[in-house]
Amino acid sequence: MDDLITREYRSVSGIAGPLLFVERLKQASLGERVEIMAPNGEARRGQVIELSEQHAVIQVLEETTGLGVTGTRVRLTESAATMDLSPDLLGRRFSGVAVPLDGLPPIIPDVRMDIIGQPMNPVSRDKPSHFIQTGISTIDALNTLVRGQKLPIFSGAGLPAKEVAAQIVRQAKVREGDSPPSSRGLSPSHGPFTIVFAAMGITFREASFFLSEFDRGGVMEHAVLFLNLADDPTIERLLTPRYALTAAEYLAFTLGRQVLVILTDMAAYCEALRQIATAREEIPGRRGYPGYMYSDLASIYERAGRIKGRAGSITQLPIVTMPDDDMTHPIPDLTGYITEGQIVLSRELHRKGIFPPIDVLPCLSRLMNLGIGPGKTREDHRSVADQLYAFYAHGRDIRRLAAIVGEDGLSEADRLFLKFSQDFEQDFVNQGSQNREMEETLDLGWKFLGYQPKERLTRVKPELIEKYYGQDVKREPLNGKPD
Amino acid sequence: MSGTIVKISGPTVVARGMEQVRMFNRVAVGRTGLLGEVIRLRGPEATIQVYEDTTGLRLDEEVTDAAEPLHVELGPGLLGAIFDGVQRPLNLLATQRGDWIGRGVLLPALSRVRRWTFTPTVRPGTAVVGGTCVGVVQETPKVEHRILIPPGISGTLGKIQAGSYTIEEPIGWLNGDRPLTLLQRWPVRRPRPVAERLPPIVPFITGQRVFDMLFPIASGGTVIVPGGFGTGKTVVEQTLAKYARADIIIYVGCGERGNEMTEVLTDFPQLKDPTTGMPLMERTILVINTSNMPVAARETSIYTGITMAEYYRDMGYAVAFMADSTSRWAEATREISARLEEMPGEEGYPTYLATKLAGFYERSGRVRCLGETDREGSVTIVSAISPPGGDFSEPVTQGSMQIAGGLWALDSDLAHRRHFPAINWKRSFSLYTQSLDPWFQAQVAPDWPQLRIELAALLQKEEELQEIVQLVGIDAVQDQERILLEISRLIREEYLRQNVYSDVDAACPLAKQYWMLKAQLRFLEYCQGMLKNGHPIEQLLASSLRSELERMKETPPDGCIQQAQVMIEKMQQELR
Repeated sequence: MDDLITREYRSVSGIAGPLLFVERLKQASLGERVEIMAPNGEARRGQVIELSEQHAVIQVLEETTGLGVTGTRVRLTESAATMDLSPDLLGRRFSGVAVPLDGLPPIIPDVRMDIIGQPMNPVSRDKPSHFIQTGISTIDALNTLVRGQKLPIFSGAGLPAKEVAAQIVRQAKVREGDSPPSSRGLSPSHGPFTIVFAAMGITFREASFFLSEFDRGGVMEHAVLFLNLADDPTIERLLTPRYALTAAEYLAFTLGRQVLVILTDMAAYCEALRQIATAREEIPGRRGYPGYMYSDLASIYERAGRIKGRAGSITQLPIVTMPDDDMTHPIPDLTGYITEGQIVLSRELHRKGIFPPIDVLPCLSRLMNLGIGPGKTREDHRSVADQLYAFYAHGRDIRRLAAIVGEDGLSEADRLFLKFSQDFEQDFVNQGSQNREMEETLDLGWKFLGYQPKERLTRVKPELIEKYYGQDVKREPLNGKPD
Repeated sequence: MSGTIVKISGPTVVARGMEQVRMFNRVAVGRTGLLGEVIRLRGPEATIQVYEDTTGLRLDEEVTDAAEPLHVELGPGLLGAIFDGVQRPLNLLATQRGDWIGRGVLLPALSRVRRWTFTPTVRPGTAVVGGTCVGVVQETPKVEHRILIPPGISGTLGKIQAGSYTIEEPIGWLNGDRPLTLLQRWPVRRPRPVAERLPPIVPFITGQRVFDMLFPIASGGTVIVPGGFGTGKTVVEQTLAKYARADIIIYVGCGERGNEMTEVLTDFPQLKDPTTGMPLMERTILVINTSNMPVAARETSIYTGITMAEYYRDMGYAVAFMADSTSRWAEATREISARLEEMPGEEGYPTYLATKLAGFYERSGRVRCLGETDREGSVTIVSAISPPGGDFSEPVTQGSMQIAGGLWALDSDLAHRRHFPAINWKRSFSLYTQSLDPWFQAQVAPDWPQLRIELAALLQKEEELQEIVQLVGIDAVQDQERILLEISRLIREEYLRQNVYSDVDAACPLAKQYWMLKAQLRFLEYCQGMLKNGHPIEQLLASSLRSELERMKETPPDGCIQQAQVMIEKMQQELR
C-alpha cells in the first residue's frame, strides 16, 4: 500500500491561526487530507488548501495548540476527505467530523464518498412538487414548504428558532395521495422524514434540547446527528455541514429516503469561514467576510433537491441567527440570495407571547406554487394566501396610522382591517404547539377573509368566493385548548 | 507548447514555461486536462483561471496551450440547447457523466453528427463580404438559421450546393480554397462587428403593464433590474423570457439557484410562444452556471451568452438577452481579482469593474448588420442585479446605472405585501420614453403619452396625500382627495400589479393596457365630477363600475377593450 511508503515532512515554516505552512511539500494535491503529528506525538488532521513552490498551506482541522515549527511532522494521505457510508448510519451520533460519539464502532462502509461533493447537473434535477405539511399555518398556508427545497429560518438571539425547527421535525409529513400518480411508483416512502441534524457551534444546552425533542418525537431511530458544539474546534465547523450533506445525499439518492436536513447555526459556520480567510490574509469583503462566501454557502445550500429517476429528496432547513436582528447582514443576506425563500421570526410577535412568532410579511417560499393547488392542496390555496397577505399588509399599515391618529381617526373600513390584523396574529399565527391539518389551516384563513365584505376579496376568483366565503367554518380555532 | 504548474490557489493556477502563450488563450491544465484561460502574464509565468474544480491538482503537472482564445461555437443546433458557462452541452454531459458534473470533460457545444438541410440563396461566382447571407437552414419550425460569411472575410464564392450537411462539412468554397461550413467560431470576449448602430425608436414589448406603460425599454436597449432577495428578479426575468416580444431569447442563469433553473427547464418546453404558438424552448438558448458550479465559468457565462445573442442579431433577429444575475458575474470577477492579489477598489471589487460592466452592456443595441443588405437586428439586455442588503449604493448597481437606459427598481416593501412585479415607481426610470412615444402613438393610440403622464402625476399626488393622511387621518381629508386615494389604490393594485400565475393576466397586450388604464383614469374624473354634482362618496365607492374595474385584468383582451369603451361612454353620458 502507498501508506507504507508515505513520506513525512518536517519542514514546517510557520503557523498562523489554524494554518500551517510547510516548505517543499511538492507531492501534495489540492484538497488532500494530511495527518499532522505534534511534537508530543498526538495526531491531528488537516487539509491542503493552497500549493506553491515555496510552501503548501495546510488548514488544521483541530486546535493548533502544541504544534511548533520544529518537531511537527506532516504526512500525506493521498486522498481528499471522504466519508464512510452504510444504512447503519441511522440512529447514530457523530462529531462534527464524523467520529462516532455514541460509543459504537465506526461505520463499516458500503460506499465511501467525497465530502465536498460535485455540483448536480441542472438538467438532472427534478422539479420539486410535493408539499410538506408542517402543521404550522403560517408556513403551510402562506409559505408552503416543498420537498427538495432549502428554506432557512431567520432568527435573532433569544428567539425560539430551535423550538420552531423542532416542531417542524415533529410534525412534518407528506400526505398520502398528495403525490401525483405519475411519480407514485418512484416515491414509496410516505412515512416520516429521515432527519440529518448538523450542529455547528451551538451550545450543549441547545444540542440537548434537540436531542430530547428527537427522543420525544420518536425520530431518533431515523436520524443521523453531527455535533460540533461551541467548545469544539472552530475549524471543524467548516466540514460539519459537508459531512452531514454527504450522509444526506447517500440516504436520499442511494437509499431513496426523504431527508430533512437541519443545519444550525449557519452564523457560526460563517464566523469560522471568516476566521480562516483572515488567517490566510485574504482581502476581506463586507464586514470582514470573505468575498467568496456566496459561492461557499452555495456549495452547501445547493446540495438540496431532487434528481430525476431517483426516489429520495433533500430538504434543507438551515437556522440563521441574524446578528442584531439585521436581515441585511451578509450572513442572512447571502443566504437569502441562495435559498428558496425564508421564514422570519419577529421579536415583536415573540414579545406579545405569540408562538411561533413568524412574521409572515418578510417570509417567502419561492417553490410554493409548485406544491399547491388542485390535486396537491386545495384549489383556493393560492387565492387565500394572496388575499390574506394583502389584508394583513394593509392592516399593519392601518395599525401604524392608528398609533398616530388614534382609532377614532380611522374610517369604518379601516377599523375592520385593524381588527383583522390583531385577530389574525392572535388566532392564525399564534397556534402554540397545535398540529393543524392543511384543510383546517385554509378554513381558518377563510374565517379571517370573512372579516371583509365579499367585494373586497379582489385577489380571489368569484367562483371560489361563492364556494368558500361565509361557509360555516367547520372547526373553530382550537387555540388555547388542549389537543 | 506547455509549461508546469508552480502554484495552485482555489480556481487560479500559475504555470511556468509559458513565454509563448498569449493573453486569454485557452489552456488544458493538469493530467485531467481541466479547461482554463490565461488571464495574466509575468515573465515566463502565466496565471490561469480554471473553469472546473481544482481539487486533486498537483504542482509540476503540465499545462498545455491550445494556441487560441476561448471560443464559442456558432451554428445550427444552438436553439433549444442548454449549456454551462463554457458552452458545454449539459444534456450530453448528463448522459455521459451522470447526475453530477464531472471534471475534465471537453464536449463540443454542437453535435458533429446531426445533419442539416442547407439551401443556398446566392449563386456561385457572387462577390461576398463578411455578413453576406449565403443560404439558410431551417433550425426550428419557426426560426430560419441564416448562414453568414464570417466577419472580416470577403471574396468570390466558388461552388455552393444545397444538400444535407453536418456542421463541419463544407457547404461551399470561398476564393477557390477556403471551405465554408455551417459551424463558425468566435472568441467569447470580442464583440461581433456591425455596419451601423441605430437609434432606439422601437419598443421592447414586455406584456407587463408597469414596464410598457411607465418605463418602456427600447429594442436594443439595456435595462437593469436591481432588488434584494425575494423581490422577484428571477420572476421578472422568467416572465419576460416567456412573454416578451422577441425572435430569440438567450437566458443566462449566472450563479443562481439550481431548482429555479429546473423550473425553466421543465416549463419552457411546455409553454407556447405567444406570437408563433411554438414551444418556447424552440426560440430559447439557456446558459446555466448555478451558484455551486465553478466560479470562473460563471464569469465567462455572460460572454458566452452575449456572443450567441450577437450571432442571431447578425442574422437580422430581435434577440432578448436575460442575465440573472449580473452581480454574481461581478462577484466572480472580484473573486478572481482577489486571487490575483490585485489592489481592490470599492467593496473589494477590482477598479476595472465599471469598465467591464460598460463593455458588457454596450454589446446591446439595434443595428444594421454587416453584409450588403439592409438587415436590422437587435440585442436587448435585461440585467438582474442582486445588491447586498438591497442597498443600491453598492458598486455593481451604481456602475450599471450609469450605463443602462432603464432602471426597474424592485422594492422589498411591495414584495412583502405581494405586489408583483414589485416595481418601485418612484425610483425606476427609462431614458427611452421620449424616443419611443412616436411609435406608441402610431401603433396604439395618439394619447398614449398623455395617459402615462396622467398616471405618473396621480401616483405622485397620492404620495403627497398619503403623507397628510399619515398625520391627520383619513376622516380629515376632503372627499375629492379621498376618492383620489381610493382610485389611485385601485390603479396600483389592479393595474400596476400583474399576476404571472394567471392565464389571462400573465401577458397583457398593448391595446388592453391602454384601454384598462384609460377606463380607470376616466373613472377618477367621473367620480370627481359626480362628487361636485352632489353625489355621496359612499355611493361612488360602492358602485358596480368600481368592482368591474377591479376585475378587468382577468377579462381576455377583446372583451376587456370593449368593456372599457362601453364604460367610458357610459360615464361620460352620466356626467353630462
